[in-house]
Amino acid sequence: MTYALVDCNSFYASCERVFRPDLKDTPIVVLSNNDGCVVALSKEAKNVGIKMCEPWFKIKNSFANKGGVAFSSNYELYADISARVMQTLEHLAPRIEIYSIDEAFLDLSGVDFCTDLDQFGHECQEKVKRWTGMPVRVGIGPTKTLAKAASYGAKKYTATQGVVDLSKQERQRKLMSIMPVEEIWGVGSRLKAHLNRMGITTALDLADTDTKLIRRRFSIVLERTVMELKGYPCIGLEEHPSTKKEIVVSRTFGKKVTTLESINEAVSDYAARASEKLRREKQYCKVVSVFARTNPFRLQDQQYSNILSCKLSSPTNDTRDILHATKMLSRRVYKKGYNFIKAGVMLSDFYDKDVYQSDFFIPNSRRPKSERLMKTIDKINATGGSRITFAAQGIKKPWSMQRHFQSPKYTTNWNDLLVVK
Amino acid sequence: MVVKYLGDTSEGDFPLIEIPYFLNKVHVGWPSPADDYVERPIDLNEHLIKNTAATYFVRVSGDSMIDACIGDGAILIVDRSIEPQHKSIVVAAINGSYACKRLLMRPKVCLASENPKYPPIFIGENEELEIAGVVIAAINTY
Repeated sequence: MTYALVDCNSFYASCERVFRPDLKDTPIVVLSNNDGCVVALSKEAKNVGIKMCEPWFKIKNSFANKGGVAFSSNYELYADISARVMQTLEHLAPRIEIYSIDEAFLDLSGVDFCTDLDQFGHECQEKVKRWTGMPVRVGIGPTKTLAKAASYGAKKYTATQGVVDLSKQERQRKLMSIMPVEEIWGVGSRLKAHLNRMGITTALDLADTDTKLIRRRFSIVLERTVMELKGYPCIGLEEHPSTKKEIVVSRTFGKKVTTLESINEAVSDYAARASEKLRREKQYCKVVSVFARTNPFRLQDQQYSNILSCKLSSPTNDTRDILHATKMLSRRVYKKGYNFIKAGVMLSDFYDKDVYQSDFFIPNSRRPKSERLMKTIDKINATGGSRITFAAQGIKKPWSMQRHFQSPKYTTNWNDLLVVK
Repeated sequence: MVVKYLGDTSEGDFPLIEIPYFLNKVHVGWPSPADDYVERPIDLNEHLIKNTAATYFVRVSGDSMIDACIGDGAILIVDRSIEPQHKSIVVAAINGSYACKRLLMRPKVCLASENPKYPPIFIGENEELEIAGVVIAAINTY
């Protein structure tokens, strides 16, 4: 077997650069919802001393003085660029597994017979950069775990120019001897302490450990990792993502919320969004949950957190049914006298269309023409122009997120197209 | 081509209609086996976009490309996967922002406007020219 892991370099920050040639060498950070803290940063931002998860208010001034630019997260843009990167990779290898928004495994069986793998890596980099504007690194190895390790090497050592081919054993051993054990895919900091106590500090130490001992002391999962480090493929490619089991839409409020009306509005808005997602998955749900909590970092506040669920008489994906349920639930989750900072909606217990048994005692519990109405709403809302919302979602939305530095939705909204002279 | 007047359409609220593209004349008697494939509506995307992963839309502001029939407000379809050639219309980075120009490789590399009002921008020997993609179509609406 031969696998390649293609990993985007500082994905969110690089997305922000695709339509902004002026930011080529500028330090960039991307902020979390409500512009709270740094969730992604470019290499240049790292070089001026910015770290992941730093609160924005702390670095705001110094970062601007260093010529840095901050963006609120623009998930529409990131999702679109991600899809383009994955589509490009499908041109390069017959089978790919989308591992996360910015990583994919490629099955190179067949490719490895006719092409030099190092050269393939560079071609892959060039093609993705050309087609999508996204810089990537490529790690190649006989197992997925070794491909991941190769990608680590490509990131860590600039001399590799972003491509590391570990198909030869001596190269595997060379890299693993300088790779800390916790950097291995599936190990992490939790197992690090335990392994270190056994004298295992590098990836190579782990690769040379007896697999039976690992199984006895740890688990079959870690045993598989060790096998993979030794070069025996144990983890296959997962091409088809499993269908979702639940959908959660939750947000931190732009400012603290105290009234039932506001909570109700926010929860209704999330419910409408969740229903839309549910319909996109072509699923029907039977269980609806609502949760809300206060801000645990405000020590002076009374703390409260709760989640309540209800089961519907029959599965639905009609926004009106789901709103009806969330309204009832949010009234019960809400408590007077608390400063709420976050709320959310969860849909679960999914059914395919027409799979479920209808309730004998409630004939025709489904609304007539529901499907067509929902389809029409989704279609209108997808145009990017005006939106159809339910009155319960509110109009002013004072609780909504603060995203002061969001870039345009260049690829998903007609009104946000890049303007050229 | 024969155009038949059917009457005026009501203003505003047009329903979305997919236009079936019939490949065969309608016969009486045995249907053609090809009829199974006919009712596929014409899709402009299919006609204009060759490589969806690498294609972006951008909007034009100004009249610098007017002689290439690219007017103010036109939407350009830009394919990043196409290698730019001499005389390609491209989207290129000029002073930190993207602009639409015609790329000329001869006699000297330059980005030329299609409007005598604007002089061409010459690219020096050691200057880096960043081309984001080749314009494969322009949509002007009237």
